[in-house]
Amino acid sequence: MPEQLAFALEVTANGLMAGVLYALVALGFVLIYKASGIFNYAQGVMALFAALTLAGIMDGQVPFSHLINAIFGTDVHYFGWNVPAFLAILLTMVVMIALAYAVQRLVFRHLVGQEPIILFMATIGLAYFLEGVGDLMWGSDIKSMDVGLPQGINGWIDNTTFELFGYGFFIDNLDIVASIIAALLVIGLVIYAQYTKQGRAMRAVADDHQAALSVGVSLNFIWILVWSLAGFVALVAGIMWGTKSGVQFSLSLIALKALPVLMLGGFTSIPGAIVGGLIIGVGEKLFEFLIGAPFLGGATENWFAYMLALIFLVFRPQGLFGEKIIERV
Amino acid sequence: MLYRESGDFSSTYPQDSQTFPIKFDRYRYYFVLFIAIAVIPFIINDYWVNSLFLPFLIYAIAAIGLNILVGYCGQVSLGTGGFMAVGAYACYKLMTSFPDISMLVHVLLSGLITAAVGVLFGLPSLRIKGFYLAVATLAAQFFLVWLFNRVPWFYNYSASGQISAPERTFFGINITGANTQAWATYLFCLMFVIFSAYIARNLTRGSVGRKWMAIRDMDIAAEIIGVNPLRAKLTAFAVSSFFVGISGALFFSIYLGAVEVGEVFGIQKSFLVLFMIIIGGLGSIFGSFAGAAFLVLLPVVLKIVGVDWLGWPTDIVAHLQLVIVGGLIIVFLIAEPHGLAQLWRVAKEKLRLWPFPH
Repeated sequence: MPEQLAFALEVTANGLMAGVLYALVALGFVLIYKASGIFNYAQGVMALFAALTLAGIMDGQVPFSHLINAIFGTDVHYFGWNVPAFLAILLTMVVMIALAYAVQRLVFRHLVGQEPIILFMATIGLAYFLEGVGDLMWGSDIKSMDVGLPQGINGWIDNTTFELFGYGFFIDNLDIVASIIAALLVIGLVIYAQYTKQGRAMRAVADDHQAALSVGVSLNFIWILVWSLAGFVALVAGIMWGTKSGVQFSLSLIALKALPVLMLGGFTSIPGAIVGGLIIGVGEKLFEFLIGAPFLGGATENWFAYMLALIFLVFRPQGLFGEKIIERV
Repeated sequence: MLYRESGDFSSTYPQDSQTFPIKFDRYRYYFVLFIAIAVIPFIINDYWVNSLFLPFLIYAIAAIGLNILVGYCGQVSLGTGGFMAVGAYACYKLMTSFPDISMLVHVLLSGLITAAVGVLFGLPSLRIKGFYLAVATLAAQFFLVWLFNRVPWFYNYSASGQISAPERTFFGINITGANTQAWATYLFCLMFVIFSAYIARNLTRGSVGRKWMAIRDMDIAAEIIGVNPLRAKLTAFAVSSFFVGISGALFFSIYLGAVEVGEVFGIQKSFLVLFMIIIGGLGSIFGSFAGAAFLVLLPVVLKIVGVDWLGWPTDIVAHLQLVIVGGLIIVFLIAEPHGLAQLWRVAKEKLRLWPFPH
């Protein structure tokens, strides 16, 4: 069945692209987890918040306009200007850094030394808080986002595959761009962590908090830095997913897509996040195509990644690339 | 003055090991029971039952269940919504397949079915720990919701994909369907709440509960002193899912009447119940009640204040509610990681000495 095979190949290619985006979100988790031991459930909502802020700034919306209107009875919505994409991205980054500072200062500084599970629950609270603030600030209607990324079917791939298989693959330009940007981002982050002063300090903190403190690394600074980096990754992920399917609440659910990726790859490993993302992206698309849609009634993508990760973990509890878990009494 | 232990002597072992050893506590407990059973049913109407009492009672059962797993046994679960869905659909299938059997049996059986499913999804907990387990329980959440959405047998091939509760009676009184009395549904749920709290309280202070707590505090050490982790973890999953299943069955049959699984038992429900036990207090039966009451009351109060008094649009109040709930979670975790239950304990300590603190 060469036709079926061609379909499967196309599905695989699309799965790879989706996997890159999952990996991108998972990366944000890994960054924070490695440096501070906090499992940041709010990563997805941070992506939503970043995307909302970016869209809001570009449209020149007045922040908290609905709330202001409700309290003072005024009727303001827009400043009446449009901010160019590049400037808006910079401004959004400033907002994300401010957010990182506030989160570190107001929340996690008070929770140092608590059990990891308490920290995890605090990030769930943070996720709710941010979601509410984002909606209050920019309104909850679905926004479209256009920062000038190419979209639509890629003609070259369509033509080439048509000549090869007699069937043109549908691959979105946006997915290709997203994969390239994600790859660049990962390379950039790895270089940053390996060769810069802050990067080395970051790795030192990840390795051992107390040893890092004793040689003069400021934990506070590193944590703010890491949260800012995670905010940056969230912004990139928010732009990609926002352009793809509009800025709306469902964007925050990509965190739930990234969790099995993390489990598969191991919470502490950057390569793990990437490989895990690719495995899950391809796996869930192929499963849906081969088994889910024909036999199980479809929409298996919702749970397949979790089941895969669950079965995998039973055999290797620390994930693919995670550090070996050693427990002592 | 009011609250004191002096003069409260126990002369037999049963007296010494009763649930509420202090006389004041005991009388307060009887008093609350008396109010709940003999006073409230006569003064409530449909509005109060549907907006406050039923959700409070049903969430309290779910919170007790989750508290056993998370607070007592230390296994974090994010699959509560999925297990509630199991209870609801089990109850629906039983109600429609065996119309002549009492609702009491149906609800208890749905609890047992959920317990079996809970044990199944609890099996990985023997290998996976901590965050990995929390994420693994999400597998249960998504898989179960998908299952009830996609397999028509579960919703009896109805065109809408919804399930709706047929009219059923308990001792000849309608408790499900359209023609119910406020007091009847209230009392039916209250019965299960008292039953669950009684069992949970006594399980957690007995040997089973002590094993759970040993596993929670350090599983390897517990294993070394002779606690079987397989049995302890799986019993925790079973008991927890049993209560969660009962609450799911009641939530569907008594409270809502008609359910669309993705909307009602989605991941938001899992988080809601988790928040209840965080705010109420991990590892405390009273905390489960306090947390459930708090999070049921909060939206109602916010709606009254925001929409009715201040005249704000409902969507703003809904967003504000998210902000407040999220903020409260953080504040509670920072200021009082043991929740409302701990505040209550502190208050009791103060009362014990009041009015002479030295």
